[in-house]
Amino acid sequence: MSEKPKAPRWTLWLPLALFAGFVVLVVGGLVRPKNNDIASQMIGKPLPAFSLPAGSDSRPALDAAHFKGGKPRLLNIFASWCIPCRAEAPVLEELRRAGVEIDGIAIRDRREDLAAFLGQYGNPYARIGVDDVSRVQLAIGSSGVPETFVIDAQGTIRYQHIGDIRPDQIPMILDKLKEAGQ
Amino acid sequence: MLPEIGLGLLWLAAALAGLQLLAGAAGLTASGQAMAPLVRPVAIVQGVLAALAFACLITLFVETDVSVKLVAENSHSAKPLMYKIAGTWGNHEGSMLLWVTVMGLGGAFVALVERRLPERTMLATLAGQAFVSLGFYAFLLLASNPFARLYPAPEDGNGLNPLLQDPGLAFHPPTLYLGYVGLSIAFSFAIGALVTRQVGADFARAMRPWVLGAWIFLTVGITAGSYWAYYVLGWGGWWFWDPVENASLMPWLAATALLHSCSVLAARNALRTWTVMLGVVAFSMSMIGTFLVRSGILTSVHAFAVDPKRGSFILALLAIYIGGALLLFALRAGTVSEGERFNITSREGALVFNNVMLSSILAITLLGTLYPLVTEAFGAKVSVGPPYFTPVSAMFALPMVLVLLVGPLLRWRRDGLGRVKAQVVGPVLIIVICGVSAYALGVHALLPLLGLAVAPALIVASFLPLKGRNLRRAPLSLWGMVVAHAGMGVALFGMASDSAFSLERLVAARQGETVAVGPWSVTLTDVGPVSGPNWTAMEGLLQASYAGGKPVVLKPQSRTFWAPLQTNANSALYTRWNGQLYTVLGEETVADNGAARWQLRLWWKPFVPMIWVGGLMIALGGFLALISRVAQDLKRRVAQAKGDFRREAIAKLEKGA
Amino acid sequence: MNKATGIKAKHQRLVLVAIALVALVGAGLLATWALRNQASYFYVPADILANPPEADRAVRLGGMVERDSMKNAADGVTVEFIVTDGKARVPVRFAGIRPALFVEGSGVVAEGHLGSNGTFVADNLLAKHDEKYVPREMQNMTTDEARKAVAQTK
Repeated sequence: MSEKPKAPRWTLWLPLALFAGFVVLVVGGLVRPKNNDIASQMIGKPLPAFSLPAGSDSRPALDAAHFKGGKPRLLNIFASWCIPCRAEAPVLEELRRAGVEIDGIAIRDRREDLAAFLGQYGNPYARIGVDDVSRVQLAIGSSGVPETFVIDAQGTIRYQHIGDIRPDQIPMILDKLKEAGQ
Repeated sequence: MLPEIGLGLLWLAAALAGLQLLAGAAGLTASGQAMAPLVRPVAIVQGVLAALAFACLITLFVETDVSVKLVAENSHSAKPLMYKIAGTWGNHEGSMLLWVTVMGLGGAFVALVERRLPERTMLATLAGQAFVSLGFYAFLLLASNPFARLYPAPEDGNGLNPLLQDPGLAFHPPTLYLGYVGLSIAFSFAIGALVTRQVGADFARAMRPWVLGAWIFLTVGITAGSYWAYYVLGWGGWWFWDPVENASLMPWLAATALLHSCSVLAARNALRTWTVMLGVVAFSMSMIGTFLVRSGILTSVHAFAVDPKRGSFILALLAIYIGGALLLFALRAGTVSEGERFNITSREGALVFNNVMLSSILAITLLGTLYPLVTEAFGAKVSVGPPYFTPVSAMFALPMVLVLLVGPLLRWRRDGLGRVKAQVVGPVLIIVICGVSAYALGVHALLPLLGLAVAPALIVASFLPLKGRNLRRAPLSLWGMVVAHAGMGVALFGMASDSAFSLERLVAARQGETVAVGPWSVTLTDVGPVSGPNWTAMEGLLQASYAGGKPVVLKPQSRTFWAPLQTNANSALYTRWNGQLYTVLGEETVADNGAARWQLRLWWKPFVPMIWVGGLMIALGGFLALISRVAQDLKRRVAQAKGDFRREAIAKLEKGA
Repeated sequence: MNKATGIKAKHQRLVLVAIALVALVGAGLLATWALRNQASYFYVPADILANPPEADRAVRLGGMVERDSMKNAADGVTVEFIVTDGKARVPVRFAGIRPALFVEGSGVVAEGHLGSNGTFVADNLLAKHDEKYVPREMQNMTTDEARKAVAQTK
């Protein structure tokens, strides 16, 4: 409403100033929620003790004790109902062919669905445990599916990968495994 | 192949938007005038291409082509066709594609029909529209490609949030989007006018139909969204002041203010700068609202999946567009020449009051919506809800409604309250009578009491401008105003009545048990399983009779969807002329003696449907005004064409002679 | 608004700007004041016990529904349960239709107020469901993480 040329000029800048305030506020807000993908508090700590029943007839059950000794392994959190897991399956298969041992935890899954999933998309897992109530998932600090953990030979969690592993991330994962082996 | 075609079309449309911007900008300069004729056709083709890309995506959803990531994540072959189509915009990427489609088509439409503005302003407008579109194309193509493929293709899709599987969804978001994005045209007009410094009555007359159109869609969208939330969520409420709802309310408030200041500018050539600023603000509110909802900065009951990275992208766009437009405003507005003056007691004065109140409500809504962000910066998590929004917005809405009783009766430029005194006596009497009788009926809460007192007066006062006129010959735009203002009153009455008179019962009922709520007695006769295309449900069979009358049957359900697995209460409603019975079936609970009981939540909500009837009346009023404006414009054009023809003919004759 | 009727025309713009500014600043101040009083704060059980809000103030309480804590009252519509964040436990009472997927062991946000007897009376329960990413749950999480996870429920 400041149409008179004599009307104070600064009022014309007011909207811009208010908007600038909004942008500052929102930038602050945007920076913060980025840590929504919270890294597990468990990194650098030993895997908690757990024992899960087998999820597949062809693979043994999963126990935290299996991770002690040998070489670093991957622990993959997945589910048959999870779409990104399907995209991830061939990548895991490639990792397996590269000599990586992968154990899987199927979250809130039905056995028949799981069997169908493994049949269709391949089964790169050495062992598969089923976690029907997400207890182990939460215990190791995972909040979503799929996620993948690098566990070293002492059974310590060394790295957490949130979301599906993409083909171009394979070398990165192999590096992390190598680091964990040192 | 289709996804690639769609993506190709989208890139092509984006390239054309770039061309449109360049040609428009060049056309404004002396050396680039040759480019000017290019702008309109390019704008039209760009809109058509965007629409075709959107059609591709709809087709992919209809065919449930799960090799497309978006379809796989949001659709399922078992879904009914209508929801497959609706699923296209029930997600982030699809809705952004809808956004650019509407924006492109809006620009195309303007390029096709708008001939009133000076050609230079038109060029600047279309260039501005292209500039804004370009950003959203970039966002779509670089950060949220709807046509991305998924390797390997899954067997079937993931489904769609069952809350979103509802007829309301089929047309609610597209309607809102037409409104949000329609305001981009007002934004571009404002930019065009600022660039060429041509702000005047003609500018307002040219902009008004576009604002009206967008505003009608917003009104319908908000009304439909409110009703959708009312019956889908099963909470019995119709407005939750949720960020998503606020995101749609804020552009509406700005557009409503713009509409009114536009009429001042068109009729009296006053409020020039203010109108231009509102033009910028209205679409800015659309973008800010979308950003707040999409970025995940504020989460909400019915939000899409959140993604802060996309948030940064939209924020950058916002900073460029809104910041740029406001900078242009600050630099140029001072040089826009002064408008006409007016007395405070005049139609203009009342409209200024309306604008200030609407802007204040907009400000408090925006502040309330952003407040959680502010406190979060200081480490405290808060949520702001109805206890803040309702009274604070009412504090500004109520004076606005009171002025609305008088405003339309005032003359332009200068008037005295004494002249309209006689006409206002009626509404004032109504306020007193209704207030007293509502109080006698036991309504003691302040806001509902005020609402019940003022609403009937507003309905009556809305019709006063028609007094003394030949009703058939009264212009359609006047009818539009009358209907819209009366709609405000009707909606206000519904809102006040809901909070004043609603009755609620929450019980666990055995089969055969009868529960009374208000004048209704409701009997739970049976509960049994039913199934739908992609859900199963327990369905309650209720026999409800109003004041002992003939019973009606209601069937509320507790639905379980299996793709994805989720349950949801489906309310059942029965509408009478004087209100609505609202029933929700909950879980089965077993009492100690082993008898099965079902949770039932029943509401008797007198006159609550008036909220949405009022909302539709407001939209209808806008529609009448729009018809009137378009008809006037056509008449003017025909007359002009005739005049041109005659002048030409005369010139020919003179030459011949 | 009638006070200004007598102003001179040449001051009109200034007056209009002033009115608009006063109204908007007034709206801003009013909003700030109202927000301080009406915004409902978010608590996790440890916070609410350490630092209880006034009895009638609307707040939100977020945490996990403790296993085996859910009890249905005889009226069939009231449910009592305990919300925990691993450090503290708060009893909650809610009468109404429970949201879908509200089960023991799941995350929940209760809207309501803390009663004088230490029981949180909820007017509304919100349970998280998101089909894209699995529900985040809060077992064995630190308070901070639980706060973040729960805050996403609404």
